[in-house]
Amino acid sequence: MSTAPGPGLRPPEDRLDLAWITDKAVQVLMFIGGISAIIFILGIFAFIMREGLSFVFDRFDFLEFFASIRWAPTSNKNPTYGALALIVGTASVTGVAMLVAIPFSLGAAVYISEFASGKTRETLKVLVEMLAAIPSVVWGFIGLTIMNGLIIDLFDVPIGLNVLNAGIILGLMAAPIMTTIAEDALKAVPDRFREAAEAMGATKWQMIRQVIIPAARNGLVSAVLLGVGRGFGETMAVLMASGHAINIPDSVFDSVRALTATIAAELGETAVGSDHYGALFALGLFLFLVTFAINLTADLVVRGIRKQ
Amino acid sequence: MFTATSLNERNDQVQRRFRLLFLVMTLLLVLPVLIILTLLVVRGAPAISLEFLLAYPKSGMTAGGIFPALLGTIFLVAMALLFSVPLGIAAAIYLSEYAPDNWLTRIINLAIINLAGVPSIVHALFGVGAFVIFFGFGTSILAASLTLAIMTLPVVIVATRESLQAVPQAFREACWALGATKWQTIRRIVLPNSISGILTGVILEVSRTAGETAPIMFTGAAFFLPFLPESVYDQTMALSLHLFVVATQVPDVPDHLPYGVALVLVGIVLIMNATSIGFRTYLRGKKKW
Repeated sequence: MSTAPGPGLRPPEDRLDLAWITDKAVQVLMFIGGISAIIFILGIFAFIMREGLSFVFDRFDFLEFFASIRWAPTSNKNPTYGALALIVGTASVTGVAMLVAIPFSLGAAVYISEFASGKTRETLKVLVEMLAAIPSVVWGFIGLTIMNGLIIDLFDVPIGLNVLNAGIILGLMAAPIMTTIAEDALKAVPDRFREAAEAMGATKWQMIRQVIIPAARNGLVSAVLLGVGRGFGETMAVLMASGHAINIPDSVFDSVRALTATIAAELGETAVGSDHYGALFALGLFLFLVTFAINLTADLVVRGIRKQ
Repeated sequence: MFTATSLNERNDQVQRRFRLLFLVMTLLLVLPVLIILTLLVVRGAPAISLEFLLAYPKSGMTAGGIFPALLGTIFLVAMALLFSVPLGIAAAIYLSEYAPDNWLTRIINLAIINLAGVPSIVHALFGVGAFVIFFGFGTSILAASLTLAIMTLPVVIVATRESLQAVPQAFREACWALGATKWQTIRRIVLPNSISGILTGVILEVSRTAGETAPIMFTGAAFFLPFLPESVYDQTMALSLHLFVVATQVPDVPDHLPYGVALVLVGIVLIMNATSIGFRTYLRGKKKW
């Protein structure tokens, strides 16, 4: 194929052989691949702005969007675009999800990283990965069928598609990724910390509580943040399990509607370029900015430990 | 020689209790997978037959099979891989072999994290705005698989970068010392030594792509089509969307049907995932360095 450059010093003109040219060309190609992620993130932002911008400028009312609970884009007389109920819906479901996911995923991370060993550890890690692999639409289906019946029977409520249902489903979905990141953070604590604690006569639990968890704190916080981001952006499972009713919930047994679910349910029915269509892209822009902020914070928190 | 004091005993007791607590939490976390899988198998297995896999939906999707949805998912995944695998591998090679430790590299890494963290429905909006409308692909397999490719790109990048970085630096240095260019080193030494790790990542991506629903809902997947797609500009049915449709949109669906669809979908995803995990474990055992 290419003439490999021979050993020893090469005269300058020999540097312009095929191997050298290929090398430079590939470097450019790889660089393009490398920056593609940046291009796509900017592209996502640009194209969502492009579709939502006319709505944001012409129709968008800051007070209405964030303070009104009336999301009625299809109303003939007076369409309104109040997203408060949707934001509260997303927040309440994510909140319940975190109540489920934080203790269990951090507990599981500590057990897998510090207590379990050998085959047990490998088995548990594989099971956690399996949990992460189940598609979101299947989780939604489980919420719709199994969890729905379970909640109706257990709590004697008329509807099982509510904050509790979607929250538990979402918690189970967010838990594996949180477990994995938290476990990585615990693993990253240097072994000399463990040895020092053990040399002082600490039991394993004392070592975990007083040495390892404080040392891994930033990683654990970032695991929780990424879990929150996951919950905030989950679509199909929330659409199917939350009841999809515009509502400020009084209890976990009320149905709610999430930001993501609203886009998924309504985008198919809108005319391209209409106010309603633009409003859905405005919701998407809001989701994009919030998850971007969460991911950025998580990254900065992790960077914090590296600095130490 | 050393007898345990009451303080030692109490500490041990505390430790045993916490160990048990964490074990219970871990089990409560993994138990749902096992329960869900059992329920899906028990309720979905009666629906599954060769006919179910190879027939079209009938009577307004309340009977018949899932053939066009199954085939559609395969098309979408294959097309998505066509875009994301070369691009993802290039990105990973850049990050692992070329990128200096500077601000640009940090921004690339941040962009990758964000690409993975952007909600799937936002990817769907992007797909609609960019591929369906701006580039004029319409709701088509092409638009849907491009959307899927961008969404799952981080999976390939992260897995590939990890397996490239696992190749010892000494291998590269030995090759450079023989006068090879950077690209010759990557092609002859780095890639052959990490190809199996890359493959693991690709299989994982297949499993992720096959299950996604929101990004394809408005970009190329149809509720129901009585025929198979003929070109990449046609719409297609997809297994994940089909599950959503038969579970929520179609009245009078017999109970076993959505369970059957869910079982097939989870089956594909988990088999792919298990293959990837098994492959990884096997490779770890075989590693020469």
